Amino acid sequence: MSQKTLDALKAKFGDAITATESQHGDEVAYVRRDKLTEVATWLRDDRAMAFDMPVFVTCIDLLDWRPIKAPGQPSSTRPEWDPTGAGATPRFEVCWQLRSLAHRHRLRLKVAVAESDLKVPSLTPLWQAFGWQERETFDMYGIEFQGHHDLRRIYLYDEFIGHPLRKDYPKEKRQPLVRRSDLLGDH
Amino acid sequence: MADLKTLVLGRQNAADLEHDRDQEHELPHELMTVNMGPSHPAMHGTVRIVLTVDGERVVKGDIQPGYLHRCFEKEAEYATFTQVFPYTDRLNYVSPMINNVGWAMAVEKLMGITKDIPRRAEYVRVIVSEVSRITDHLTCVGASAMELGAFGPFLFFLKAREWLYSLLEEVSGARLTHTYVRVGGVCKDLPDGWTVKLLRRLDEISGVIVEVETLLNNNKIFRDRTAGIGVFSKEDTIAWGCTGPIARAAGVDYDVRKDHPYSVYPELEFDVPVGTTGDCFDRYLVRMEEIKQSMRMLRQACAQIPDGPIMIDDPRCALPPKSHAYNTIESMIRHFKHIVDGIRVPAGEAYAFVEGGNGELGFFVVADGTGRPYKAYCRSPSFVHLASAQKLILGHLIADIVPIFGMINMIGGECDK
Repeated sequence: MSQKTLDALKAKFGDAITATESQHGDEVAYVRRDKLTEVATWLRDDRAMAFDMPVFVTCIDLLDWRPIKAPGQPSSTRPEWDPTGAGATPRFEVCWQLRSLAHRHRLRLKVAVAESDLKVPSLTPLWQAFGWQERETFDMYGIEFQGHHDLRRIYLYDEFIGHPLRKDYPKEKRQPLVRRSDLLGDH
Repeated sequence: MADLKTLVLGRQNAADLEHDRDQEHELPHELMTVNMGPSHPAMHGTVRIVLTVDGERVVKGDIQPGYLHRCFEKEAEYATFTQVFPYTDRLNYVSPMINNVGWAMAVEKLMGITKDIPRRAEYVRVIVSEVSRITDHLTCVGASAMELGAFGPFLFFLKAREWLYSLLEEVSGARLTHTYVRVGGVCKDLPDGWTVKLLRRLDEISGVIVEVETLLNNNKIFRDRTAGIGVFSKEDTIAWGCTGPIARAAGVDYDVRKDHPYSVYPELEFDVPVGTTGDCFDRYLVRMEEIKQSMRMLRQACAQIPDGPIMIDDPRCALPPKSHAYNTIESMIRHFKHIVDGIRVPAGEAYAFVEGGNGELGFFVVADGTGRPYKAYCRSPSFVHLASAQKLILGHLIADIVPIFGMINMIGGECDK
């Protein structure tokens, strides 16, 4: 649909766009982490791009990513996760979805983040609405958004240990602030 | 009168008052922190605001959601694609049908069957979605008016909402948590004569709307409390990611049903109401007009709905008919696999979005080729709008937080996921 956007991005930034893909009518651009702010600023301010509306921020944890490929399905640009850690594939993909109200096109920016270095630039200074969603992503995945003005947990409480949407956080794990034994004990 | 003045002001004559005015000093004041919620009726019991106030005026508001967090996304990763539907009911529990449709569309997008959904199923989806949109707006307007002291409209609208809920109950079997839509269609057809009942109810609701408009539109208290309160400019609205009635009240002409048409919305004629001032009163007007537009759509859809199947004829996502499941081994195994392993969705990722009651409701789904989503993210409009409330309440009185909050229509289940 807006392959033009991807072409323009590649033409303008070259190496900074490590890969692009179009799936089911959604355009995705993988951006190098150090170039993200520059790319995003251009996307917002360039008249032909004019991505004025922020949609969402989230993150994909690729720890268990072993996709079953249907016969005849083209392989994804995303390299497969290497469980040994020897490969260069980073564990997390942070996604920012953008939309242009004027041009009716959409784009998802992705930045690959390794578990050992969870920092990515924050896009909140460019689009205010990302403020809470980046906080949510920090809360759920532990991604550290650099330059965010107020990076705190949003859904969970400050005493919470770990990040629940990571694939290695057990679903059954409970961390109540008030333990059941406290309630049942002698008073 | 003179005595009274003496008593109240401690001054004998007017000249003394003039003298006082020259001597006017500001009262000593300092900023104060006030907790509002979560146990506050206007905070819906799920949101806490730590307010910094200068007198009555809000200087800073730290809004803290999360009291209703039920791990929708984590639970969804462990459920099959079909088992996620009950969870989506509990996101926006005032209009669960729209959530159902949103989730189904995301999975269908991944499976590449968006265009193959039977037309009757699409019409049924649009009908139940629009009924849900009406219930959503009725709740929002009614509850907001009640929070401002107008109890009548709340009762009128809840009466009307209950009519619609009982109609949806006839369709799905549940009053609130419908779980009605399935990947590839809907789970059962509309009951006989249902559309006739719906149309009759719509006529009655038109009357209720006239009643409530008479009570609210020129009500001085209501207008004083909402007009000019919580004003959002067009630019701010876009920068804060607002969609739905909030964006439209500020003049942003964006409606997913028109701008990224899905289902059979292109076949229905409807207008998108747009406001001019972006304040709470415009949000109210936009919501009221949207109710009327939804009713207009429903009348058309009920007239146009074709006969035919309500489920896609695709063995990848449709359950076999019961007669086959009980009589042939292949169908029984297929049934078993669908229920236990879930629908196999090809690996990939997709973002599908619909116009929810409050704005753009989207699901970002990553599939890895198994029967369960690898990741399911919900872009909930309430969460985005609540973030913008931090800005909206600045400079307003504490009492103004109530209409601002009411007109944002923050639904706890959707906001906190």
